[in-house]
Amino acid sequence: MSWCGQVLYSGTAKGTVLRLEAPISFWGGISPDNARVVLENHPQRGVKITDKILIVPDPIGSSSSAAILLELLYAKIAPKGLILGTNKDAILPISVLVAEQMGWNTIPIIAMENPTFKSGEELEIKPDGTIHSI
Amino acid sequence: MLELTQEEKAILNSEFATTGDKTALSIVVKAAEMLGAKRLVKITSSHIDGCLYHGDSGVLFCENLAKNGAKAKVPTTTNVGALNFIKTNQAKLSSEKLQMAQRLMDAHINMGCTPSWTCAPYQIGARPKKGEQVAWGESNAVAFANTVLGARTNRYGDFLDIACAVSGRAPYYGLHCDKNRNAEILLDVTDLPGNVKGEDTFFPVLGSVIGRLAGDRVCAVSGINKIASEDQLKALCAAAASTGAVGLVHIIGITPEATNLPHVFGNERPREILSIDMDMMKGAFHKLSQTKQAGKIDCVALGSPHFSISECKKLLEVSEEKDFKVPVYVCTNRHTAQELKAQNIYSKLERLGVVFIIDTCVVVTPILPGSGGIMMTNSAKFAHYSAGNTGYRPIFGSLADCIKSAQNGHATLNYGPWK
Repeated sequence: MSWCGQVLYSGTAKGTVLRLEAPISFWGGISPDNARVVLENHPQRGVKITDKILIVPDPIGSSSSAAILLELLYAKIAPKGLILGTNKDAILPISVLVAEQMGWNTIPIIAMENPTFKSGEELEIKPDGTIHSI
Repeated sequence: MLELTQEEKAILNSEFATTGDKTALSIVVKAAEMLGAKRLVKITSSHIDGCLYHGDSGVLFCENLAKNGAKAKVPTTTNVGALNFIKTNQAKLSSEKLQMAQRLMDAHINMGCTPSWTCAPYQIGARPKKGEQVAWGESNAVAFANTVLGARTNRYGDFLDIACAVSGRAPYYGLHCDKNRNAEILLDVTDLPGNVKGEDTFFPVLGSVIGRLAGDRVCAVSGINKIASEDQLKALCAAAASTGAVGLVHIIGITPEATNLPHVFGNERPREILSIDMDMMKGAFHKLSQTKQAGKIDCVALGSPHFSISECKKLLEVSEEKDFKVPVYVCTNRHTAQELKAQNIYSKLERLGVVFIIDTCVVVTPILPGSGGIMMTNSAKFAHYSAGNTGYRPIFGSLADCIKSAQNGHATLNYGPWK
């Protein structure tokens, strides 16, 4: 199977899907020290997002979230790729632009409406925004 | 396709523009491409969220910009930092982290930002007018700028905010454009009892409901009292921007462009109309507390967004000058603190047991003692972020409840209409 999303930041990634099951703001929701979900009452509290293809159907909340993702990129504990349910704001993608400017690792970011990928699936993201199950 | 003006192309290719200026503009350009913008828009002010220390990466980026000659081209205020400059430091950060936080704040000053260090720039004179294009960060400030002032900004996150300030431009998309400011859903509170709408807690509770229902959609709210105070609207915006990605709420009769319903919906019918009832409001009120609403409390935290002069006056008045048994942290900015000192309110509050937190707040940087406890607050934003960021479980109540609880040393809630 393959799908096509909108490329927000181009790149390749291959890995296991982690789908955030409830809306989360990276700031206050993800620890920049260990990349784990720290939001109280979040169904995935304690889960680590490092090296996953992270599906974020509803990015919400604080505009500081970009700083958390940049910190994850800088510390090399970021997800391998991001698939966002919206392209309405640039809060998360901007971190990758900054990482590029600084010569740090970058990751592909794809936007698509209602991404249905489930945790545990294996996916590959290609530079043109196509997503393949493997 | 994004089209740049001659001037913009000239900056990117100029021998005279600094590397920092070019980097900032190129980030704005790339962001504009990502967002599908057709052009950039000149802005008149910026509010920078990126000066709060979250890790070394942001510091290195901002220092790099500053070192390469980036300068803000428009009046630019700064959001809270991770430490305070003018009081003895209260942030419990390691000396390495304190130094990095300081370096981040210095880098912003070096780029020409006004050192305001507040999440409520609208309280210290940064008040763009209706229709003004600005690039603001900090979710509550964004919601306030669009909703209460009628200015136009998207939710600019860290780094894009300083890139916009330095380039004097923003991607022309989202809430900068007329058509995207039309509301999609209507939330009607007309049927809620009048006495509820006068409650202190009505606004943050309603804001929480709005954020959950609206998500990232522009919504309109009808049935709110037109005499709502600025502090109440501030609380509503902050709450809505915590539970949802809310950038603009058209409050009919209050938001400058929300003069009437048809106008707000672009003369189309709302796609969805939801009537907000007391059950939803009660549910939202109780959800703001994350522990049992009784028993010993360790502190009271006020001022997210930063406490205003009128809120400080109310705090003094309602306390009837009775001492607090637990610390009452009042988070505010240096301008407000100065004014409080001039009016002799600052020392009176300190004598009662208020601990002022200036330039920052208790939820964005480690200030609270120990690794957890029970915090009472009247701020939906504190209630939302406290447990995750500080380990303190919140109990939510009105300012009067917070004060009484501080005086008793245990949670003393008068649930009012939320029983």
